[in-house]
Amino acid sequence: MAAVAALAPAPNLSRLLLSGNEAVARAVWESGCKVAAAYPGTPSTEILEALCTYPDIYTEWSVNEKVSMEVALGASMMGARSFCAMKHVGLNVAADPLMTLTLTGTVGGMVIAVADDVGMASSQNEQDSRFYARFAHLPMFEPADSQEAYDMVHAAFELSEQHQVPVFVRMTARICHVKCVTQVGERVAHEPAGFVKNAERWVMVPAHAKRRIPLMFERDAVLREVSEHSPLNVLEPGKDRRVGFVTSGPAYMHVREAFPDAPVLKLGMSNPLPLNMIKALAAMVDTLVVVEEVEPVVETEIRAAGIAVHGKDILPKIGELAPEVLTPAINRLLNNEPAPPPVAAPAVFPRPPTLCASCPHMGIYYTLSQLKNIIVAGDIGCYTLGAGHPWNALDTTICMGAAVTVAHGMDKGRGAVDKNKKILAVMGDSTFMHMGMQGLLDATYNNSNITFLLLDNGTVGMTGGQNTPANGLDIRGNPAPRIDFRKLVEALGVKPERVREVDPYEMPKLFKVIREETKIEEVSVILAYRPCVLTDEFKAARAYHVDDDKCTGCGNCIDVGCPAIHVTHREKVVKPSGKEVDLAFVRIDPIACTGCGMCLQPCAPDAIMQVAGPRVVAMLRPV
Amino acid sequence: MENNITNILVCGIGGQGVMTATEILAEAAIAEGHDAKKTEVAGMAQRGGVVTSHLRFGPKVLSPQIAPGTVHVLLGFEAAEALRWSAYLRPDGLALVNDSRLVPPVVEIGLFDYPADPIGEMRAAGIRTVSFDAATIASNLGDLRLGNTVMLGAIADHLPFAADVLLRCIEARFARKGAAIVELNRRAFAAGRAAAAQEAVPA
Repeated sequence: MAAVAALAPAPNLSRLLLSGNEAVARAVWESGCKVAAAYPGTPSTEILEALCTYPDIYTEWSVNEKVSMEVALGASMMGARSFCAMKHVGLNVAADPLMTLTLTGTVGGMVIAVADDVGMASSQNEQDSRFYARFAHLPMFEPADSQEAYDMVHAAFELSEQHQVPVFVRMTARICHVKCVTQVGERVAHEPAGFVKNAERWVMVPAHAKRRIPLMFERDAVLREVSEHSPLNVLEPGKDRRVGFVTSGPAYMHVREAFPDAPVLKLGMSNPLPLNMIKALAAMVDTLVVVEEVEPVVETEIRAAGIAVHGKDILPKIGELAPEVLTPAINRLLNNEPAPPPVAAPAVFPRPPTLCASCPHMGIYYTLSQLKNIIVAGDIGCYTLGAGHPWNALDTTICMGAAVTVAHGMDKGRGAVDKNKKILAVMGDSTFMHMGMQGLLDATYNNSNITFLLLDNGTVGMTGGQNTPANGLDIRGNPAPRIDFRKLVEALGVKPERVREVDPYEMPKLFKVIREETKIEEVSVILAYRPCVLTDEFKAARAYHVDDDKCTGCGNCIDVGCPAIHVTHREKVVKPSGKEVDLAFVRIDPIACTGCGMCLQPCAPDAIMQVAGPRVVAMLRPV
Repeated sequence: MENNITNILVCGIGGQGVMTATEILAEAAIAEGHDAKKTEVAGMAQRGGVVTSHLRFGPKVLSPQIAPGTVHVLLGFEAAEALRWSAYLRPDGLALVNDSRLVPPVVEIGLFDYPADPIGEMRAAGIRTVSFDAATIASNLGDLRLGNTVMLGAIADHLPFAADVLLRCIEARFARKGAAIVELNRRAFAAGRAAAAQEAVPA
């Protein structure tokens, strides 16, 4: 990302078309927040991307979510208003500070936005962050659109300061990425009150924690009363009293769409739960139904309070609860005539996401796909696509940073059957700095036999190309220290002679180096640097084209996996041996091709050549 | 239209500009005084995957998601993607489709087939479909990147407000790039309108 100019914020009281993420950013800025931190993660990324364009606020890409939460806590201790944002699985990383900052509480208003990937467009699981609000005894707001996200962030800062407690704003992908008309206001400055030394509050040793825990329980009771009277919890009496709904977040909009006449309790503050309001709704209706994404969190608490309720017995436990999901379920509950089934969708081939033309990860995965007798532990990023076609070159993906530690565990856990397997780990630069460095230290300290490929593309590619310590630019595009990965991995215990630097575009050399390093029974690191093609560091070279007279239809180039290579026609031929072979003749899309030259390396007849224009240059990682 | 809500589904492939086109449509609806919500489902990576963007506008929009069978206009940036989402159309809905084909690697490596005639399949299913080659129209105007504006031109006469409202939003987008770029986009918009003015071919 290039330098971000501080934009003139939209005028006060404008009506803007804002995504939920942009609305949160606007409200954080208006609230006089001084410090905002996040690690990029879909669907929450755009909150900080929007915030860093505002003046008079410190913003940072933190290296992980735990760090971002601790940065926000430190700022709050100074009396400053602070904010951190993360995706649902990021909250797992930040769970450690979370479970103790609920004991210390906060001073300056602190808001935590957590974005659940309901429907899993871009995540490894669909966990429900509302459990964390209960686990950590913290209040949670759940907006249903951008305007509510904006309003609730303002309310969250107020509640946070009144009760000295961080407040969650639970977003979902359907709030984060929906754009709707949002009325915004003006910024009010907020001056930090200053740090007040108080070891009994800030130093959480057992003796102090034992005194803070009862205060947390007292706060629970106070917040439950707040919730019972909160204007964010609204009981909408409807005409049709057969079914009443308790709902929150985007599910509220779906319920209103599908059942315009039904009574609805909309939970804007969903923790602590306003049980008296729920009892009032239950008394109004024949049947109570909880519509919540994802887990039966509210339903379980309602049932524990002795109120009869339907929920996940009639509704799906995964994915979004859109009107077309709700309507048939409620019809079945009411024994209504079922609606005719929807028209079947035509069968069309799947179109999974692809790596980009010239993506350096293709060189890695093509090479790995050519190696036998290997196990490859993978990680989270664009490079997770290496598990797919045509490479099929990743064997595991768990969570940020797990590649190196899973590989280490595989090495220690291998039996005689896997004695001759070569075990590799593959991880991107940003994932390595997020949570991978400790794992590499563990592997060297414990004498592991793994080969670690660090795919350094100088950015957080999958979330849209954010700056990181790997490209030496901060969130606003200003110069920052650029990490030296060779020095870093050597400091983590890798022997200097076991650190190899290879251009991922040079696949034969990469093949050779991987073969050499996997034979050596200790930790090796292969540093593979090439910039992500979506960043300013990438320079496109002249396109390649296929000489039709030379192309033999061998199809080797297709196995590189480049989306710019297309089949023109296929033929079946019978070899002299009698074996039938499928041939695929190809062309290269001259607009999509950016000239990396990887496809030409496996081309047996040298049928691929460059057209006029600049050539790809050998590249060393800038330091 | 039930509740006076207009449902527009824009579909294509990551990197084609589906989301931006839908955002400009949303801006036009808002300029006309409508409430509007725009939502999308994009895959996990930057490029190459299926992208759909839902736009709903009217006096008051609740759910941002369009239910299958309720789309008034399907704007397809790619032929097979238009076919994929065609079941979202109402029986009286209209499909406006760029008939250029983007063939993904999973088809090139021989795992799946690209449909022989996706637009023919839509027409055979009784869907009112207008198809045109937005890429060629854009290239003839001098820049493939104008394809996005060609697509917006194609839908301009099938909205419940005047085409000029949409054109003004496009002009505003490109204003800072200079008068020449604005003029190119005006021409692309007009070419898209002309392309979609062909009679929709029934089953």
